Amino acid sequence: MTNEILVIVEQRDGKLNGVSWETLTGAQTLAAASGWTVAAAVVGHNVAAIAAEIAGKKVAKVYAIEHKDLALYTPDGFVAALKPFIEQQQPRVVLLPHTYQVRDFAPKLAAAVGTTLLPDCIGFKYEGGKILFTRQMFQGKFVADISLSGNGLCFASFQTGAFRGDKVEAGMAPAAVETVAASIADGAILTKPEAPYKESKQAVDLGQAQIIVAVGRGIKEQKNMEMVRQLAEAMGGELGASRPICDSGWLPMDRQVGSSGQTVAPKLYIALGISGAIQHIVGMKGSHTIVAVNKDAEAPIFEVADVGVVGNLFDLVPPLIEEVRKLKA
Amino acid sequence: MKILVCMKQVPKKDAALKLNDAGTWIREDIEFEVNEADAYALEEALRQREKHGGEVVAITAGPARSQAVLREALAKGANRAIHLEDDRFAALDPFNIARAIAATIKDDNFDAVFTGLQSDDYGYAQTGVLLSYLLGWPHATIIMQLEKIETGIKVKRELESGSFQYVSLPLPAVLTMQSGINKLRYATLIGIKQAKSKPMRKVTWEEVSAALGENLHKIEKLYVPQKTKQTEYLSGTPAEIARKLVEKLRNEAHAL
Repeated sequence: MTNEILVIVEQRDGKLNGVSWETLTGAQTLAAASGWTVAAAVVGHNVAAIAAEIAGKKVAKVYAIEHKDLALYTPDGFVAALKPFIEQQQPRVVLLPHTYQVRDFAPKLAAAVGTTLLPDCIGFKYEGGKILFTRQMFQGKFVADISLSGNGLCFASFQTGAFRGDKVEAGMAPAAVETVAASIADGAILTKPEAPYKESKQAVDLGQAQIIVAVGRGIKEQKNMEMVRQLAEAMGGELGASRPICDSGWLPMDRQVGSSGQTVAPKLYIALGISGAIQHIVGMKGSHTIVAVNKDAEAPIFEVADVGVVGNLFDLVPPLIEEVRKLKA
Repeated sequence: MKILVCMKQVPKKDAALKLNDAGTWIREDIEFEVNEADAYALEEALRQREKHGGEVVAITAGPARSQAVLREALAKGANRAIHLEDDRFAALDPFNIARAIAATIKDDNFDAVFTGLQSDDYGYAQTGVLLSYLLGWPHATIIMQLEKIETGIKVKRELESGSFQYVSLPLPAVLTMQSGINKLRYATLIGIKQAKSKPMRKVTWEEVSAALGENLHKIEKLYVPQKTKQTEYLSGTPAEIARKLVEKLRNEAHAL
C-alpha cells in the first residue's frame, strides 16, 4: 500500500462535473494533515482535456483511464476499468464525490477491491495515521465518526458541499498525465444505457427565483397548499417543495428542491413543514437567508436556518400573509 | 417474475431519537416502521406480478420486532416472507447483510431482487448493489420506472437536477427503487387476515454466520451535530412572530 490518496473525478460528455473540485479539495486537505500525496483519475473515452484540466491543480499525477466502451457510463464498465487500476496503484485512500453515478458503481468497485465504501461523508478527522470519517445518520439528526478496518484501503465519498470546490489548490506546474488503456472483456458490460435527457421542458426555473416558499410533509393535506400559494404570491416568490410533496403530485416535479430536483440559492428560502432530510438540504443550503418553520425543535432543517420558528405552520402562515400584504401595500 | 424484495425496519420518521449511554447508537424505546423506499420497492414488485405473474417474496434481517415489516408486506400481497431473525443482524454492515441474504436465497432462483435505494437510518444506499456483486448479476439504481422487455428489463434511472436515463439490462438483476416510482397501496382487511397463514420462513444467525465476514465500519461515536449556523429563534404569539419575521426580513435580510 502506497501513501497515495486517489481521487476519482466525474465527467459526462467530456465535461468535468464541478463537484469533483470539492473532492479534490477534500483530498488536498487530507494530504496536508497526513503528508500523503494526491493523485487523480478520470474515466471515459477521449478524456485527455479533462485530465489536463485536473493536472493544473496541486496533484502529484493524473491518470486518464480510456476505453471506447467507457464513452457512456455503465457500472460494469467503470468497475471493470477501475478494479485493476486500483489494485495496481495500491492507494491508501480512494475518494469520490457522492453523486448518483458514484452511488451506482462505487459500492461494487469497493467490494471488488476487498473493502466497503463509506458513503456521503461530510468530513474527516485525521490523527496519527488513522482517519475517522464523519457522516450524517438518521437523515441528519445525528452525526457519526466512523473508523474503517480491513485491508487498509479507505474508500469514501464526500457529500456535495462538504468541501469548497473554489478552495482547491492550484499546482506550481502542470502535473504529469498518464493515459491508461483500460481492458474491458467482451460481454463484460451487461447494461445498455441510452443518453441522459431532461424531462419535459421545465416550466419554472427555480434557480432564477429570488424568493422561494417551500413546503414539506408538514403541510399534511393537499388542500392546505392554498395558503402556501397565497404566501408565495404575497411575497412575490416561487413555490418549491421537498420530494414527498412532488411524489404525491401536489406540485409538479420541476418544483422539487434537492439532489434529484433543483439546486437553488435564492435571497430568501422559507421552509414550511420541511424536516430537512439530507437530500433536500443539499439543494438549498446555499440560500442567502433561510427561514424554517417546523413543530419539531429537533428537525435537521434548523441546522441550516438563519431564522427558526418552532411551531405550527398553520397558525403562523395566515398572519404572515397578512403582514407581508401590509408591507407591500 | 419471481421477485425478492429486501425490506428494512427503521425508526419512525417522527420518532424522538435519543443517544444511548455509550454514545454509539440510539435508544430503541421508540416506534419503528418500514423504510419508505422499501415500501415503494414492494409496491413495484406487486405491480410487476400483477402484470406478468410470478411470486413476490419479502425478506428482512433484524431483531424480532422487524417481523412487522414482513407481516405488512404479506398483508399487501406478498406471497411469502423470509425473516433472518437475530439482534446481531442489526449491527451488520451492508456487505455482511448482503452476504447473509445471498446465502439465504442461493437455492431460490429469483429473477430479480428489488430494494429501496437507501435506508433512512444509515442512508448507505449499498445493500442492493453489494448483493448484485455477490450474486454476479447486473444492477441499476435510483429507478423511477420499470418495464419488462424481451431481453430483460428496461428501467428509467433518475439522475441529478431533473435528468433521467433509460437503461436496459438482462435478468436476473438487482434493482434499487426511488421513492415516488408508484403510489403505495394500503393493506386491506382481507389481506391482513390472509397474511397470518402465508409462509414465514425463519432463518437463524447460525444458518448464515459462516458466510459473514468482519464488519469493516465501526461507529466510534454518534452525536448531535454541532451547529455551525447561529439560528435566531422567534417566539411569541403567531401574530407577534409574523410581525417580527417580516420586520427582520425587510430590515435585516433585505429580502422583502
